[in-house]
Amino acid sequence: MRRLAMDRAKRLLFGSFLSSSQSSLTPGPASSCFPFSPFSSEAPMSLYKFPPVTVETINPKVKRCEYAVRGEIVSHAQRLQQELQTKPGSHPFDEILYCNIGNPQALGQQPITFFREVLALCDYPALLDRDETHALFSSDAIARAWEILDLIPDRATGAYSHSQGIKGLREAIAVGIAERDGFPANADDIFLTDGASPAVHMMMQLLIRSEKDGILCPIPQYPLYSASIALHGGCLVPYYLDEGKGWGLEIFELKQQLAVARTQSITVRALVVINPGNPTGQVLSEENQKEIVEFCRKEGLVLLADEVYQENIYADNKKFNSFKKISRSMGYGGDDLPLISFQSVSKGYYGECGKRGGYMEVTGLSSDVKEQIYKVASVNLCSNISGQILSSLVMNPPKVGDESYESYMAEKDEILSSLARRAKALEDAFNSLEGVTCNKAEGAMYLFPRLHLPQKAIKAAEAAKTAPDAYYARRLLDATGIVVVPGSGFGQVPGTWHIRSTILPPEDKIPAIISRLKAFHEAFMDEFRDQGVA
Amino acid sequence: MSPRPLDYESLNENVKKVAYAVRGELYLRASELQKEGKKIIFTNVGNPHALGQKPLTFPRQVVALCQAPFLLDDPNVGLLFPADAIARAKHYLSMTSGGLGAYSDSRGLPGIRKEVADFIERRDGYPSDPELIFLTDGASKGVMQMLNTIIRNEKDGILVPVPQYPLYSATISLYGGSLVPYYLEEEANWGLDFYNIRQSVAVARSKGITVRAMVIINPGNPTGQCLSEANIRELLKFCFQENLVLLADEVYQQNIYQDERPFISARKILFDMGPPISKEVQLVSFHTVSKGYWGECGQRGGYFEMTNLPPQTVDEIYKVASVSLSPNVPGQIFLGLMVNPPKPGDISHLKFVVESKAVLESLRRRAHIMTDGFNSCRNVVCNFTEGAMYSFPQICLPPKAIEAAKKVGKAPDVFYCLKLLEATGISTVPGSGFGQKEGVFHLRTTILPAEEEMPAIMASFKKFNDEFMEQYEDCRGYSRM
Repeated sequence: MRRLAMDRAKRLLFGSFLSSSQSSLTPGPASSCFPFSPFSSEAPMSLYKFPPVTVETINPKVKRCEYAVRGEIVSHAQRLQQELQTKPGSHPFDEILYCNIGNPQALGQQPITFFREVLALCDYPALLDRDETHALFSSDAIARAWEILDLIPDRATGAYSHSQGIKGLREAIAVGIAERDGFPANADDIFLTDGASPAVHMMMQLLIRSEKDGILCPIPQYPLYSASIALHGGCLVPYYLDEGKGWGLEIFELKQQLAVARTQSITVRALVVINPGNPTGQVLSEENQKEIVEFCRKEGLVLLADEVYQENIYADNKKFNSFKKISRSMGYGGDDLPLISFQSVSKGYYGECGKRGGYMEVTGLSSDVKEQIYKVASVNLCSNISGQILSSLVMNPPKVGDESYESYMAEKDEILSSLARRAKALEDAFNSLEGVTCNKAEGAMYLFPRLHLPQKAIKAAEAAKTAPDAYYARRLLDATGIVVVPGSGFGQVPGTWHIRSTILPPEDKIPAIISRLKAFHEAFMDEFRDQGVA
Repeated sequence: MSPRPLDYESLNENVKKVAYAVRGELYLRASELQKEGKKIIFTNVGNPHALGQKPLTFPRQVVALCQAPFLLDDPNVGLLFPADAIARAKHYLSMTSGGLGAYSDSRGLPGIRKEVADFIERRDGYPSDPELIFLTDGASKGVMQMLNTIIRNEKDGILVPVPQYPLYSATISLYGGSLVPYYLEEEANWGLDFYNIRQSVAVARSKGITVRAMVIINPGNPTGQCLSEANIRELLKFCFQENLVLLADEVYQQNIYQDERPFISARKILFDMGPPISKEVQLVSFHTVSKGYWGECGQRGGYFEMTNLPPQTVDEIYKVASVSLSPNVPGQIFLGLMVNPPKPGDISHLKFVVESKAVLESLRRRAHIMTDGFNSCRNVVCNFTEGAMYSFPQICLPPKAIEAAKKVGKAPDVFYCLKLLEATGISTVPGSGFGQKEGVFHLRTTILPAEEEMPAIMASFKKFNDEFMEQYEDCRGYSRM
């Protein structure tokens, strides 16, 4: 006890010494000022007086990483939500509408029945031995559950699987990819992951060696990319999408940004393309995709193709083509282009975010590199089995003639057509607002309207020490309960301001949202409209 | 042509440095042999359900109902599911906004974190704050998150036990930190030696390493030892004196096979010790649904609890968690069920208890069968598996065997384990995968093969081992019994 008290006294003494000097955590001159014998039989006194894990001493890459989708504005929204519960009537709205995050089932979208039937049977296979099960589950769901369980050794869904995911499920996914694209896919190229995000992280880890390694990312982008690059200590090389041309991707812009980065001695390693885009929603034309493939080949870049919204296409004149399909149709085989394609169970018409299911298909890499990917995957053992099963269902849904086919198609069509209607309704609503222009959402789940804010508003934002779009988003939240993400969270051309809203609120709430939005915006403009404008 | 970004030579060096033997060379060879038709007994990883352990019934019923909530509306649901499973499914669904398919809070559903906090309070007798509990896709993800938060560069050192579960060495490599080893004393039942630990720290510091954290695995993996209260007190004092954050991997807390040293959490001891230690020492505790008597590895469910971390640090950790959106919701529900299982009086309680006890009692018996079996073999010495799921016998390899290994370019224990695999189909992990003293060799196996198969497996091992020793010995070997 006495020894402890002495140690503590020493620590306090040393602590006060150190706090008056600059914070240095390396051994050095400071130690010579300290009154203890280095040869004492007691435990050597720690020279490091800050507790090991403070904000000053954590990994700086963690501090640099930002993720606006669940950032400041969302924390504020959660506080308001609590206030609504504890003090009803304290705000001019009675619910918070989370339009900040692509989380469909949190806003009332129903899961696909067939998928959930199969998952429930796989979770509790004892059901398959009971007669009553036939009354509660469709026969093709039962058959599919048997099929899947037979792919799993001992039908043990609670066991760690192969680190790339269960082989039979990967084979089913490979078949699904081949059917989608018309070109073969290989189960050994597939890595099943807890959502697409961990797969993106894995690739960044592999690619980024130092801050001199750059990754080309679209601006605006989904901030997983900027966050992951920061976490791994790399350099984000931006390429701007053209708002005036429907968020088009210009090869000229890519070439220019690449050249600029190289003059700064950045080694650009990969190109991220999000298709359909997030937050921008554009669906690339085939022509555009071919240019991108050629660009990557010529410049020796890995193509990271985020294709998680492949089933969310609303424009009649647009179609999803995977980059794999495009590159194969150009005559490029597996060895000609390193291409990583990401897919997820979180989006599409299935919207199963909470399951954390997804995969990356890795082509054009040598086997020793794939071994390294496998090795990193193996440290986490495997992704969750339920998510793996769901990935195989998404890539291999009911077919014509299956018992569940008609109800499955009805559910799917209803969700997709509703999404298209909501996209249109909200796009029109934003475009009807004074000083707001909004590109069409050709795909994905978001709208990214541009706010041409009056000078007065910009000054008010400055005074409040926030970016103008964050200021607008905050005012919108406080007035209406609607949560959107400021454009600065995604990147935008400097001096322009946007917000990202999802198209996901339930269809029956859309009219009320639109009228509240309009009312807010009119009042906002009345408050901040530049003088002399009619 | 200049190397392309994903050519082997242009990969992140840290990735190349990572080694994770649990699914390394031996496992890959075993998988090859399996494809060729050989019967393999996989004892390389703590994966109970892969070796015949059955899932507990109640949690599977609850999660199945949560997956397919339309079942809850069906009048016939009571024919297939007991009433308490139905009620519990409704309870968990009500905690979500949108069921299993919606991202939850990035830290996990508040309702489940509250259940975890209540469990911790019941277990330890001290209150726990749900806001400081983060659910993760398995405990490994949580460990990786914490190490990523702590490690700034190669000058940051993490004290890790040797032998250790190679998640720690792999992650430290991946994040570019330094592993500072502290050796567990095999002759003292894999005990701690504080003099040696202090030496390790001093050596590291003399090389300019800032030692930031200390990992303890209790019960140990691969070593199985259960720390005493005195041990943990000393560890906490040490961390206080040396200003280290204690990372307490407690995933095997339900796997205890002796009665002298029951599991006591580091957090409980921390608070028992009172201020200043209880207020100063930073502690992160990890737990999972993969081990214990649940063995639900495939669900990827786990959590970490932070004690004495400043709010700003917690915010930064939350921020990084939010980039991955949320842990998988079914895994969170498994965790909730684990910390809040059926209670006496519940319909499913009896069956739950019967199933759980059967698993634990069998594991205890298998711990003995395996230890005794190894100790009956020539040149093999094995500490008792006091806890966790592994046996880590020392194989005293004769010099001729070591030479033979060198000739084929293999580490001696790898050589032995490959021969064991080829001869018997038993797939183990060589001790070098976990770390061991120079010139001392081990292998790790699990105690998970089915109890009825254990005698045959141990007989098969003994036959191989004794023949191997016969072949390579030129002097008298010894065995413990």
